[in-house]
Amino acid sequence: MEIGLNHYLVLSTILFAIGLVGVMRRKNLLMLFFATEILLNSVNVAFAAISHYYGDLTGQMFAFFVIAIAASEVAVGLGLLVVWHKRHNNIDLDNMTSMRG
Amino acid sequence: MELFLYTALFSPLVGSMFAAFFGSSPKTKIAGIVPSILLGVSLVSSTVLLVLVLNTGHTLHVEMMTWMATGDLYIPFGFVVDQVSVTMMMVVTLVSTVVHVYAIGYMDHDKGFNRFFAWLSAFVFSMMVLVMSDNFAGLFIGWEGVGLCSWGLIGFWYHKESATWAANEAFIMNRIADLGMLIGIFLVYWNTGTLQYDGAFAAMVNLDTSTLTWIGIFLFIGAMGKSAQFPLHTWLADAMEGPTPVSALIHAATMVTAGVYLVVRSNELYALIPNVGLFIASLGAFVAIFAATMALVNRDIKRVIAYSTLSQLGYMFAAAGLGAYWVALFHLMAHAFFKALLFLGGGNVMHAMSDELDPFKMGALGKTMKGTMIMMTLASVALAGIFPLAGFFSKDLILEVAFVDHHFIIYTVLLITAGLTAFYSFRIIALIFHGEDRHTALGFHPHEAYKFMLVAMTPLLILAVIAGFMFKESYFEMITYLLPATEYHVHNHTVYWIMTIGTQIFVIASIFYAYKKYIARGIKVPDGTSKMENSFAYKLLINQYYIPYFYEEYIAKPYRELSTVCWEKIDMKVVDASVDGIANVFYSTGKNTRTMQSGNLSTMLKWMVVGTVALLSLAVVFGLAVRYSGEIKTILSGLGV
Repeated sequence: MEIGLNHYLVLSTILFAIGLVGVMRRKNLLMLFFATEILLNSVNVAFAAISHYYGDLTGQMFAFFVIAIAASEVAVGLGLLVVWHKRHNNIDLDNMTSMRG
Repeated sequence: MELFLYTALFSPLVGSMFAAFFGSSPKTKIAGIVPSILLGVSLVSSTVLLVLVLNTGHTLHVEMMTWMATGDLYIPFGFVVDQVSVTMMMVVTLVSTVVHVYAIGYMDHDKGFNRFFAWLSAFVFSMMVLVMSDNFAGLFIGWEGVGLCSWGLIGFWYHKESATWAANEAFIMNRIADLGMLIGIFLVYWNTGTLQYDGAFAAMVNLDTSTLTWIGIFLFIGAMGKSAQFPLHTWLADAMEGPTPVSALIHAATMVTAGVYLVVRSNELYALIPNVGLFIASLGAFVAIFAATMALVNRDIKRVIAYSTLSQLGYMFAAAGLGAYWVALFHLMAHAFFKALLFLGGGNVMHAMSDELDPFKMGALGKTMKGTMIMMTLASVALAGIFPLAGFFSKDLILEVAFVDHHFIIYTVLLITAGLTAFYSFRIIALIFHGEDRHTALGFHPHEAYKFMLVAMTPLLILAVIAGFMFKESYFEMITYLLPATEYHVHNHTVYWIMTIGTQIFVIASIFYAYKKYIARGIKVPDGTSKMENSFAYKLLINQYYIPYFYEEYIAKPYRELSTVCWEKIDMKVVDASVDGIANVFYSTGKNTRTMQSGNLSTMLKWMVVGTVALLSLAVVFGLAVRYSGEIKTILSGLGV
């Protein structure tokens, strides 16, 4: 059986779903970052696969951009996380409610 | 000459603004003196214009500026001084100057002194706009202006419930009539394409009679409101709640005659529709006797004079309706002089009696108030139409008009009214000034008014005496440049003398009867026990034919109930409820969704996912709908949509 576009897209969808559930369910900030990474990478897989399918490099280029943005986002995010952990000694999302309306 | 025109028109406005400037400050004499002087200036300018018109026959027509110009509609602020308007200008400025000077004394102790003069001068300005405008739109502005000022002055003592009620009544009654007037003006514009008097009347000749009849009727409805003709008459008697100078100026001499002025001004229209004219004359005659009967029994001197005004307005309309426009205008002028005088005299009496108005509580005031007594007596003689005072010339002329035109019913009614007029006028004169002293026992200590008030009244006195025989000829010559020059002569000399002398004897007999009846000893303040007071006729008359009662019971009350229903059922339950409902939806949405904003990142992310899913599904549904639109349409048409 040859691996085709649909397989990649199914994989991407499954990963996206996993990531989405992670974003909704996780209470640990670190795990939340993991979940967002899964989300972004599921999209990357889809980009790369579709790009290959159409023979158009734009999609793969876009995937690179996404990787770069994700890396910088995680860098900033982890920096904030470390500072938060130093102050509050935990990284539980339920405690971060200073923005309550 | 234009300078005089503008001076005559605008100096009352300046005076009004000057007094209004002191509106909220305590009483200052200057707020009364300056408007009076400015009115004097206006009077002088009007006199100059009168002399010009009288001597040369020239008329003045100026266009100050454009007011409205859109498409075919062109309305300028145009003013005209012709024979008719200059007569009105003279009457207005003369009476108002006298009344202003008088009011400086009359309102001396009033807190609202400054405010009074602001309103009064504003009234004069509006009245001048009304009579000087050269088009219906300007006339209407003045018309509404005098209505507004009348409201402000009737309700001048606004802390009195009855005064504010009367002010509102007058205002609302006039609004009802003004609707008719406005429709009339629209019809004029619709059919002639212009509101300028000359253009409109010139174009009316070519219109068909039914259109003209409607225009005539609607314009006359406006006149009925302002001149308090039946059935819109109730406000005039109630308007006596205002200060007496106001009654003298507005509700006797000037504003209420605006309706007559309108009919006279539209004489070219009414000449084309004699049927409407006859209706006006009949209504006028009816009002004349109707109001005179109510004046017979009333126990409030100001109201008696007010009914007499109403009755005299009826005379004017009778003359105007029969096509004797110049006679109507002549009576208007003469009436303005003696009626204003009568009112101002009544004001003196009222002041002397500490605002007591019941003539039965007075008696023998002639001893202390000689000047006022002479003036009021002469004014009453003039009103009754005794030779050679003003009323004789103007009122007998109206009787002659009715006689010569063979309207004998109108003639008879007017003749009887003349007798009634003499009776009720001298009834109050006798009760106030003669007979037994009844006021001392009731604790009144009357005193004569200020000297300058009496001096201020003298011009009116002189005019009330001489206006008839001095001015009739020259007035006739002047006015007939503009109005139909119909002379009314009874051709048969014997008939003429019988009529004139007969009328005089009838009137004099009425006067003597009134004197004899009310000068008698033993007149007491009526307390509802005497036989006459319990008679049906007396009750009918003292209750003003139950018309105010009827209006209150069958118009005002149902209207109030309807309003309550509309308020409670429609406004509260439909309009308010729907507006509140919309607001409540937003409010509760906000209240319920606020919990979303918990500040918990996890929750917010969940909501974000929900939102994304919702948007995605919408996009999918929309996309599908677009793709299968053909099929959907088929299905929908199958359902019969």
